[in-house]
Amino acid sequence: MTDRDPPRPLVLQNVRVVDPARQLDAMGAVAVADGVIRHAGPGDFAAPDGAEIVDGRGEIVGPGVIDMCVFIGEPGAEHRETLGSAARSAAAGGVTAIVTMPDTEPAIDDAALVDFIARRARDRAPVHIYPAAALTKGLEGREIAEFGLLREAGAVAFTDGRRTVMNALVMRRALGYARDFDALIMHHAADQNLAGAGVMNEGETATRLGLPGIPREAETMILDRDIRLAALTGGRYHAAQISCAASLDAIRKAKADGLRVTCGVSINHLTLNENDIGPYRTFFKLSPPLRHEDDRLAMVAGVADGTIDVIVSSHDPQDVDTKRHPFAEAADGAVGVETLLPVALRLVHNGDVDYVRLFRALSTRPAELLGIPGGTLAPGSPADLVMIDPHAPWVLDPDALHSRSKNTPFDGAKIEGRVLRTVVAGRTVYEYGRDDPR
Amino acid sequence: MSPAPAPLASFARRHLLGIAGLSRAEITALLDMAETAIEVSRQVEKKKTVLRGRTLINLFFEASTRTQSSFEIAGKRLGADVMNMSVGGSSVKKGETLLDTAITLNAMHPDILVVRHHAAGAAELLAQKVGCSVVNAGDGAHEHPTQALLDALTIRRRKGRIEGLIVAICGDVLHSRVARSNIIALTALGATVRVVGPSTLMPARVERLGVEAHTAMATGLRDADIVMMLRLQRERMDGSFVPSVREYFRFFGLDERKLAYAKPDALVMHPGPINRGVEIDSAIADGPQSLIREQVEMGVATRMAVLEALAAQLKND
Repeated sequence: MTDRDPPRPLVLQNVRVVDPARQLDAMGAVAVADGVIRHAGPGDFAAPDGAEIVDGRGEIVGPGVIDMCVFIGEPGAEHRETLGSAARSAAAGGVTAIVTMPDTEPAIDDAALVDFIARRARDRAPVHIYPAAALTKGLEGREIAEFGLLREAGAVAFTDGRRTVMNALVMRRALGYARDFDALIMHHAADQNLAGAGVMNEGETATRLGLPGIPREAETMILDRDIRLAALTGGRYHAAQISCAASLDAIRKAKADGLRVTCGVSINHLTLNENDIGPYRTFFKLSPPLRHEDDRLAMVAGVADGTIDVIVSSHDPQDVDTKRHPFAEAADGAVGVETLLPVALRLVHNGDVDYVRLFRALSTRPAELLGIPGGTLAPGSPADLVMIDPHAPWVLDPDALHSRSKNTPFDGAKIEGRVLRTVVAGRTVYEYGRDDPR
Repeated sequence: MSPAPAPLASFARRHLLGIAGLSRAEITALLDMAETAIEVSRQVEKKKTVLRGRTLINLFFEASTRTQSSFEIAGKRLGADVMNMSVGGSSVKKGETLLDTAITLNAMHPDILVVRHHAAGAAELLAQKVGCSVVNAGDGAHEHPTQALLDALTIRRRKGRIEGLIVAICGDVLHSRVARSNIIALTALGATVRVVGPSTLMPARVERLGVEAHTAMATGLRDADIVMMLRLQRERMDGSFVPSVREYFRFFGLDERKLAYAKPDALVMHPGPINRGVEIDSAIADGPQSLIREQVEMGVATRMAVLEALAAQLKND
C-alpha cells in the first residue's frame, strides 16, 4: 500500500449491494471511513464527516475480488511483470488482493524471500499482495519447504506453482506436515509423465493440428492421488485449477466424504475451449490445456452448484520471447487479472449464476480458504470493494491493459461489464477513465 | 448477359500450407497441372519461364535431401533463382528463432519460401509474418501437402481414378504429417482410407478424420488397392512406442505374406527414405508392385504445379 494521507471517507449511494457472506443482494448504499466498511446495504446510516458522496446510479458494489493464482515476474523477470504492474493491473480489474505464485527466479522458498515480496508489495502495490510460498524447496518436488517459518513470514498457502509434485511420498508428508500448521496446500495437478510432450488437450483437434495431446487423465490421476492423501493425512488440499468434467466428479465426491478438499478454475477454462486455438494461436496455450466444450460446460456447472470454490485468473505474463514461437515451443500462460471480473460477468449474463454466486467464487470463498481479511462488505470489514457497471459494452484492446505483458486470449473480445471503481482499505485505487493509459 | 468467363486457375491461393481447407476442385486442378508438368520434365529441354526473375528460397530446418532437391529442381525448371538454406545447424544454435530467420529472409525479398520445420504450425506462423508466398514442405506432425498431392497423382495415373479405391496407410500414423495430409486429400477425392498400426502409434480420435482405424495388417490391408507405408524413426522402436525393431517388423512390416491380404494388383507406396527390414521388406520395395521410384518423379512434377499455381498469384509490382 502506498501510505500517504489517510483516505477521505466515501459514500456510494444508490447502488446494488452484493455481499455473499450475508446472502445480500439489495439496493442501498455503502459507507466507508478509516479504511473500514461502516455500512453496506439497505437502511439508514450516518454519512461520515467530509465524505466524498458518489451517486452509483444503480450500479453494483461487491467485495473486492481476491485472485488466488497470479504469476509474477518479480524477482527475476521484471520485463514481463513486476509486483507494481501486476497490482495496477489488478486494481483496474476490480481485484483488491492477489496471491502471488512462488515460481520466480529465485523461487519463493525461504522466509526472507516471502518478506521481500511483502515489503516490495507494501511499497509499490495499490492492492493487497499475499505471497504463496513453495511447497518444496526450489520447487523441485523433493524436500518439503519450511511451512512454519514461511507462514510466520506471511505466506498464505503452499504450492509449487506451475509444477506438480510427482512423488506421492513427498506429497503425503507435505499434506501431513501442513496440517500441523493448518496451512493450505495448493497444487497444480498434472501427471508430468503421462502428459509427456503434450501441448494441448488430447483429442480430435490435437490430432488435426498434429500436436501431441495431454489426456484428461493426467489431471484426474494426480487429483485422485492427492484426494486419497488428503484423506490419509487430514491435510487441507486445494486443486489450483481443474479443467475437465471428471475432475469435478472427484472433487464432488471428496467433499461429500467430508474431506478438506477444495478447487479452483481459471476464467479461461470457463469461457474458452480448445477450438479457440484455431491456427496455432499461442495465447491460448495454457496449463492445464483448454479442453473440449463439454468440459467447459461442466466447469460452469461446477461454479453454479458450488463444487468449484473459486475462480482465478491464473494470470501468467509472457512476452514475445516466450510466445512468438511455433505452438509446441511457446510458453504456457495468459494474462488475466485485469479481465477476470469483466469476463466472469459472462456467467451472469448467460444465466448460469447470479451475482451472489459469482462474488462468492471471486471473493468470499478465497478469503475463507486463505484465512485473510476481506471477501465481505459486512460493517467492520476492511473497505476492499469494487463498483461495476455490469452492462457497459467494450472491446478489449491489449495495449490498454495495465500489465507489462499483453498475452491475453481475449484480444478483440466483446465484453459486457466494466469496473468503474476499485477501493482498497478505503482508498480509491482505480477509477475508470482516471487511471487508464488513454 | 455475357457468357461466364472460363475459370482461369481453380487454385487461386497465396500459400500452400496444408491440404486441410482445400476443395476437391482445387486438389484436382493441381493434379491436372502436374500432369502437364510431367511432360515438361520428360523433354530434353526442360525449361519453362513462369518463374523467371523470381527468387525461391528453400528454408529447411530439418534435413531432407529428397524434398529439398525436388523443390530445387522444380523451381529451376520453371526458371526461378533457387537458394537453399539449411538452418539445422548454425542459426538455431545461436538462439535465432524461426521468426528472426523469417524477418531476415523477408528483407531479401524472396517470392516463394518453401519451408520444412520440426514444429507443427511453423509454416502457418511464417506465412503470417512474411510478404511472400509460403509452401509448407512439412511442419512437425501436421501436414506435408505436396507429398499428399504427389501420392494422389501417382495413384491416379496408375489406377486411373482415386474415387472408390481402398487405401491403407500403415505404421507410425501418430508422428506422420504424410499420413495426415494423405488422409485429408484421399478422402476428399473419394477414396476409402484406413490407417493401420499399433495403438501406441495411432493419434487420438483418428476416426474423426474420416478413416477406419485398424491395429492388425490382416484386417487393415484386406482388399486394399493401395498400401502406403510410413517411415518409422529408429528412436521410436526402443521400447518407447514399440518394443523392438524385430517385433515391429513381425507385425507391421510389409512383406509378401502381409501384402497378400491386399488385392492382387495392389500397389505399394512409401514417402521415403525407406528403412529396409523395418517397415518394408527389400523385395517388396524393389518389386513390381512398388511405386516408390515413380513417386519421386511425380514429386518434381507436383512441385512444379504448385509453384506454377502460386506464381499466378504473385504480385507484379
